[in-house]
Amino acid sequence: MALHTPAVATRQARLATGKRSKERTPTSILFLALLWFSLFVAFATLVALIVTTIAQGADRLDARLLTEYPSSRPEEAGARPAILGSLWVIGTTAVLAIPLGVAAAVHLEEFADRRHWFNRFIELNIQNLSAIPSIIYGMLAIGTLALIGVGNKNIVIGGALALALLILPVIIISTREALRAVPRELRHGSLALGATEVQTTWRITLPSAVPGIATGTILALSRALGEAAPLLLLGALVFISFDPNGLLSGFTTMPIQIYGWTSAPQAGFHELAAATSILLVGILLVMNALAIVIRNRYQRRW
Amino acid sequence: MTYVFRLAQRTAAVIGATGLVLTLAACGGQSQGATGDGGTSGDGLSGEVSIDGSSTVEPLSSAAATLFRDEEPGINVTVATSGTGGGFKRFCAGETDISDASRPIKDEEIAACEEAGIEYTEIVIANDGLSVVVNPENDWLECITTEQLATIWGPDSEGTVTSWNQVDPSFPDEPLALYGAGTDSGTFDYFTEAINGEEGAIRTDYTPSEDDNLTVQGVSGATGAMGFFGLSYAEENSDSVKLLAVDGGDGCVVPSKETVQDGTYSPLGRPLFIYVNNAKYAENEALRSFVDFYLANEEQIAADALFIDLTDEQAQTAADELASLVG
Repeated sequence: MALHTPAVATRQARLATGKRSKERTPTSILFLALLWFSLFVAFATLVALIVTTIAQGADRLDARLLTEYPSSRPEEAGARPAILGSLWVIGTTAVLAIPLGVAAAVHLEEFADRRHWFNRFIELNIQNLSAIPSIIYGMLAIGTLALIGVGNKNIVIGGALALALLILPVIIISTREALRAVPRELRHGSLALGATEVQTTWRITLPSAVPGIATGTILALSRALGEAAPLLLLGALVFISFDPNGLLSGFTTMPIQIYGWTSAPQAGFHELAAATSILLVGILLVMNALAIVIRNRYQRRW
Repeated sequence: MTYVFRLAQRTAAVIGATGLVLTLAACGGQSQGATGDGGTSGDGLSGEVSIDGSSTVEPLSSAAATLFRDEEPGINVTVATSGTGGGFKRFCAGETDISDASRPIKDEEIAACEEAGIEYTEIVIANDGLSVVVNPENDWLECITTEQLATIWGPDSEGTVTSWNQVDPSFPDEPLALYGAGTDSGTFDYFTEAINGEEGAIRTDYTPSEDDNLTVQGVSGATGAMGFFGLSYAEENSDSVKLLAVDGGDGCVVPSKETVQDGTYSPLGRPLFIYVNNAKYAENEALRSFVDFYLANEEQIAADALFIDLTDEQAQTAADELASLVG
């Protein structure tokens, strides 16, 4: 942060654009070319991936994809239970993870004594948790379910448990950032007027941080939406002919359905997998757009 | 005041967004109830059948479930693919009703089932051929002996057998590029046992993949490439790979429905199994009607899933096994 003084920023800008002829040394031009090349590689890969997926799946991107159940005949199959399963699991994940994550962040940011070794230890662990491979969370969820004696682990609440654990660190970290951005003066003003600490947090700090919290949470949920590994570990279904209808119901999600279809020999299933991928990318784009809208609409600058 | 009001508005918007997601999910739940109560035909049974196990057998069970849905829409059949070993683990813990398996149950798995008090019945449900494929530009090979396969794939060949002329001096000096199933699949267990004599014994410098489509891509990409996978894949991809005949000691046999069924495509033809939990078969009417349907329609199911159906003899054995269960 300290690096971002205006002088440094201007110099970086000149280096990148090479506008000042004096600074157009061969090295800077080479560096610029390398930057452009990196951008090109990243962007071309993305475009190639999206274009091939759309080319493969566009034919099957129709109403049947939304309304039909999986079938052994690709032309009759659809992803209805996977779409509903994704909604159920993500909805349950949100209910589990958001209150816990926000509460944990509020405690760490507003109430905990930051100099105490135990709180520092927790902070360090939350940072580390966000870098753990997602499959570990699947194992954790299996263990938890086995501990409370659940036989069939492939149920909505099981999947939601794994995904909630997965995104909890992300929610805690982004909520803390949002809380930190609320100016101290607001809290002091509230306290000076006689509000208690709890009142201040509940009525002043937390509402002011809502845009940041919402953005972080939606991005975390969209990560959970694209996850397959932890759910595969729970014994994910690749064929399911009913809609999930409760927390204890069996389910499948879109990434798992895509995974199942891509490993089938018939080309028809590959088209279905591509069509479902397009749908999944579409939903993710909408969620990310929602996050941006919430941020832009409600963000305050102090 | 306006400030507080705006905060309330903002909070409401976020709660609204979360609510929307939940409402959508809830709507899904309600429509299920409607379809479940609605078009029931057949015996109007309801219940659940859970299947897990081999990803090789999954297309069969999915095809059975697809056809069964038209008969008994009230019964929910689910199929998962934890692999043959993973499937038995859950089956012997009593978590599933049926276990799909691409090999017979192993001793340690039998022990696990016994310990948990789970009794089961093994039913041969279809036949499968493992195919050995090479690149279409390979013009020196039409038929391969099992000895040659062992030379190519054996654990001792790792790093030493790298060119086709090391397999047979008459072959060209073309580098070997090997593709095959990964260690988690029943196909891997089966191929290593049949060719190298010991399950899991294989050179490690080949490209393993759980996704057979990657093997197809790999084999079609290099002149000296070779790979192995289920016969259905070879037939679906006959444009990009060349299917080899296999000589198991009694002459060259081209894999086909007939040669797999009559056992002459040896040692790479194999039966596929489902394991049914005896107690659940007796007490769960939904499971009983599904298994009976599975067996009665095995021919159609095998055709849908691109496998080879049972011989009359195999079908009779399976029917007798089931009949003895109801007792």
